[in-house]
Amino acid sequence: MRSDLVLRVVAKLLIPFMLIFALYVQFHGELGPGGGFQAGVIIAAAIIFYALIFGLPSVRKMVPDALVETMVATGVLIYAGVGVAGLLLGGNYLDYFVLAHNPVHGQERGIFWIEVGVATTVSGVMLKIFYMFAGRGRDPDDA
Amino acid sequence: MMAVIVVAIAARRNLFSVVMLASIYSFLMATILVALDAVDVAMTEASVGAGISTVLLLGALYLTKGEESKPIHRPWLPLGISAAVGAALVYGSLGLPAFSDPQAPIHTHVVPRYLLESLKETGVPNVVTSVLASYRGYDTLGETTVVFTAGAGVIALLRRRRRRAPKEEVRREE
Amino acid sequence: MKFASHYAYAVTIFLMITGLFIVIARGNLVKKLIGLGIFQTSVYLLYVAPGKLIGGTAPIVDPEFKVYSNPLPHVLILTAIVVGVATLALGLALVVRIREAYDTIEEDEILAADLAAVPRRDA
Repeated sequence: MRSDLVLRVVAKLLIPFMLIFALYVQFHGELGPGGGFQAGVIIAAAIIFYALIFGLPSVRKMVPDALVETMVATGVLIYAGVGVAGLLLGGNYLDYFVLAHNPVHGQERGIFWIEVGVATTVSGVMLKIFYMFAGRGRDPDDA
Repeated sequence: MMAVIVVAIAARRNLFSVVMLASIYSFLMATILVALDAVDVAMTEASVGAGISTVLLLGALYLTKGEESKPIHRPWLPLGISAAVGAALVYGSLGLPAFSDPQAPIHTHVVPRYLLESLKETGVPNVVTSVLASYRGYDTLGETTVVFTAGAGVIALLRRRRRRAPKEEVRREE
Repeated sequence: MKFASHYAYAVTIFLMITGLFIVIARGNLVKKLIGLGIFQTSVYLLYVAPGKLIGGTAPIVDPEFKVYSNPLPHVLILTAIVVGVATLALGLALVVRIREAYDTIEEDEILAADLAAVPRRDA
């Protein structure tokens, strides 16, 4: 019971910092190393850490299956949506320079939104795969 | 160092230690990539290779058994094949440009344009992000779709719950 | 004379053939997947190593640096890493299903079980 307590306290201290670091990596991907993929994996890792310490049923209540499955699909839709927005505003598919009044601002806006889409899909998929592997060995009435 | 680790991965039979060695190998690869100035790639390799891959492998080990059986064939033929392939590759690599040669074709074809124009055209200082998201945005769309497909595939494969009673092995009744 | 400048390729090729050896010589399915992962990682090294310029820096444009390492291999390898983990996840899901169907993950035992099941259909 004592080692359990140490793990819980450390987890509660570390997980918010991990999530903030993931957001930092996501939004500073343009100025330094980082970007959508790394941020998505770090978010998934933070939630998996929570699942390892506090158990799978409690993390399933906190981040439900329906939310994770929605995240998986929404990311790809956001990415494709940016492309369609480029089509609707007058350019070709996935053209960014038509998205704002100034071509450079349009590029920045387009890059921002597709990185958000990529991070959503990657974190959703990694988390869903973990749920499937970890939930497989249990009894069927424990979910 | 990495050569020692991969030989140990090939030789050890306890799968838990093999998974831990694979995770150490990923971390060492990430360190080498930083030494080669590939910081984005190193961050991705460290988080994905040493983080998520290890978690997935441990999850799979939990669901299967953790020890590899003794191999029944002598490994002379695979060793011979690997050595022959290796010799052919070494012979082929002698024709590649030397390490850190500024006149190699990789540095002179389209990359100077990316390096010079990226800040002006996209406003993003990180050239890797601007090439990934803007100049080669279609490839990233395909990659996101691959990740989505992998998630959908795993859901399709592992969706049903495990049956309680083990399946009777009918063919063993002979 | 050429070996000093091509040392990076030699290391990569050694890692590659060890990965290949694990895939073709070991029967355990999980170990084969790990060997495949080693093979993929050595290919990343093969791509990134020629892009490095000694004296250059990471490809983030900044006024105080003049020489940058080549960013193009980094982009390709970033995609390759993510596709590699997707492949690993699907492979492991298949291994879990095989384990539940055959009760083993050794390739020899699976082949033997399959061959033992075939003659029944002729009877």
